[in-house]
Amino acid sequence: MAAAKTTSGPGGSIAGAARDAILAGVVALGIFGPLVGLKTEQNMQNELVITTRWGLVAIIVGIVIAGRFLLTTTIWPAMTRNKMRDKPAATAGEVAFRARLARWFAPTGLVFLFIYPALMVYFLGFQGSLKWVDNFGIQILIYVMLGWGLNIVVGLAGLLDLGYVAFYAVGAYSYALLATHFGLSFWLLLPLAGTLAALWGIMLGFPVLRLRGDYLAIVTLAFGEIIRLVLINFRELTNGSAGISSIPKITFFGLYSFDLSAPNNFAKVFDLPMSSAYYKIFLYYLILLLALLTAFVTLRLRKLPVGRAWEALREDEIACRSLGINTTNTKLTAFALGAMFGGFAGSFFAARQGFVSPESFTFMESAVIVAIVVLGGMGSMIGVALAAVAMIGGTELLRELDFLKAVFGEGFDPDQFRMLIFGLAMVLVMIWKPRGFVSAREPTVFLNERKSISGSFVKEGHG
Amino acid sequence: MSSVLSSEPAPRRWTADPVLTVEHVQMRFGGLVAVNDLSFEVGRGDITALIGPNGAGKTTVFNCITGFYKPTQGMLLLKHAKGDTFLLERMPDYRISAKARVARTFQNIRLFSGMTVLENLLVAQHNRLMLASGMTILGVLGLPSYKRAEKESIEAAKFWLEKTGLTARADDPAGDLPYGAQRRLEIARAMCTEPQLLCLDEPAAGLNPRESAELNTLLLDIRKMGTTSILLIEHDMSVVMEISDHVVVLEYGVKISDGTPSEVRNDPRVIAAYLGVDDEEVEKVEEQLDELAEGTTP
Repeated sequence: MAAAKTTSGPGGSIAGAARDAILAGVVALGIFGPLVGLKTEQNMQNELVITTRWGLVAIIVGIVIAGRFLLTTTIWPAMTRNKMRDKPAATAGEVAFRARLARWFAPTGLVFLFIYPALMVYFLGFQGSLKWVDNFGIQILIYVMLGWGLNIVVGLAGLLDLGYVAFYAVGAYSYALLATHFGLSFWLLLPLAGTLAALWGIMLGFPVLRLRGDYLAIVTLAFGEIIRLVLINFRELTNGSAGISSIPKITFFGLYSFDLSAPNNFAKVFDLPMSSAYYKIFLYYLILLLALLTAFVTLRLRKLPVGRAWEALREDEIACRSLGINTTNTKLTAFALGAMFGGFAGSFFAARQGFVSPESFTFMESAVIVAIVVLGGMGSMIGVALAAVAMIGGTELLRELDFLKAVFGEGFDPDQFRMLIFGLAMVLVMIWKPRGFVSAREPTVFLNERKSISGSFVKEGHG
Repeated sequence: MSSVLSSEPAPRRWTADPVLTVEHVQMRFGGLVAVNDLSFEVGRGDITALIGPNGAGKTTVFNCITGFYKPTQGMLLLKHAKGDTFLLERMPDYRISAKARVARTFQNIRLFSGMTVLENLLVAQHNRLMLASGMTILGVLGLPSYKRAEKESIEAAKFWLEKTGLTARADDPAGDLPYGAQRRLEIARAMCTEPQLLCLDEPAAGLNPRESAELNTLLLDIRKMGTTSILLIEHDMSVVMEISDHVVVLEYGVKISDGTPSEVRNDPRVIAAYLGVDDEEVEKVEEQLDELAEGTTP
């Protein structure tokens, strides 16, 4: 590193950079040579044979050398130049532009979300749009909704909940079980699943009220695991790891069905060609509306005393108590409301998949949702939505990177690296924006002028 | 009431209609007795100061009054002007603020630093607004009754912003205010709960002389309004002697003096506690006191 610093000054010599890059290449060879280049496999006689993958090592070392050379010759000098140059104060035009951007971002985004399926169908046809509406649209919106739900607990009330997936599971199994056993409709079970999840939220809330910080995080994590283990082991009710299948589809408010065999099938009634795209587009709009309901309720609550009490709780719990705020109830409402939205999302998930199993509710899911909230900037609705797009959309996009097979060989599957890339991206974003995409807090009320509050004043909460 | 019968020099004005009566309060942490057999009264409409050297147990008394600690023994009786009485030692902390109407500030300022000054003052009016929002349900539906209540709360906040000179900074985050302004905001926030008793834990700590004088004016203003009695812990003797009507002195968790500022200032035990004296001298002073006590009691 020391060598790199001396040669990478403004206008650093190319020879020095090349030497540095080759040095990095040697280090990479030392690391990846044995790790990647040598592979042991068992042959038919159960003997270990070493196979070598020197080609792959060469590619990796090549990437390291090229990357290091690029860093020392262009990127680092550019960064130091940027740092040295005094940043001119934002001109009035820039400030106005930023304000306009902030004002128009949400409405434009909303309009885009509403015409998104139409755009996809227009450009790709019904069959071609399936992937983009289902894998990207619906999948991302589910996580946006989960992120917004958890945002109430983590972002506003400052209670770190690592077991949020438990409420998602409660919602999903509520719908799955009640719909398959009693044939109740989605529109009845949606509020019921939300209520049940909220009840579980309160049940979790009570024992953890006294806990703060790391202890709260550990207990909520354990709660998430308990729910999953109960789902696996309570076979009589949940059918264990095999899960529940053939969960009924959601009907169009009871008027039209999307079942192919039903007489009031949507396509049959309107005399359209058969396609599964109608159902997906319907589901897209449904989850969009559910997510917007979450956003609407959260935004309203923020301006109500309960929302302010949540944020005050995040800032200083002792001060809250000295002002006569019942912190027990305040925490419980945060847990219950967050859980309720998780339950809504869960029952939608069950209906969309048609199949639920405990596999879908692992700790990984909780971690992803917490990561979305943290990455987005705790408390910010737009930030959380952007983070969900980046995280879920990003990992879905990895499936599309077929061209990488040309570089790394036929057996290369970028999807297997998603967690690696995901972690790398998180580290980079946290270096670049340590408090998430949108760190500033919007005040809920103002006397003379609305000023957003710099993230450095806002506390993260301590459990 | 025995104090009235005994032959103390001045009539004890604060015993006539105390807002808070502390009786035989003891606070024990394991083997350590932080406050022992403490009794005093806080007169209605008075500014009462609780002073004493570091570690005398002043903040412990505050924490007992505001419910953050439960005293091991004793009684804390709060009486409203309308006559309602509350036994503070039996109430959880948030109810002491909400029902008994005791507000407090903290030695190390505890503001909601990421919220604006105005938001801080609205959080203080939580319970009233919560009722107005129909426990949130009516508020989510956006009914006008809540809007009206919120407007009233903002008016109340404006009043206190004006009083504390923070109107210009109402929309700034509380954490961005200078230290003195944060102290004043904490008092304004406590006053927004419409307290009967306001407990201030070292309000003048870290203030410069000008800010300290402004604080005095603010506290005297609050007293003039007549609805709130003030109990304050203070080390700054200029504040204590200038504005307080009644001073209680603690040392090692025990009350050593109780009276008007001038009485307390001349009390040899207080002088000894603050300036420190040789052991011999303490004994001498105690002897004198004993003699004095024997000489005066029949």
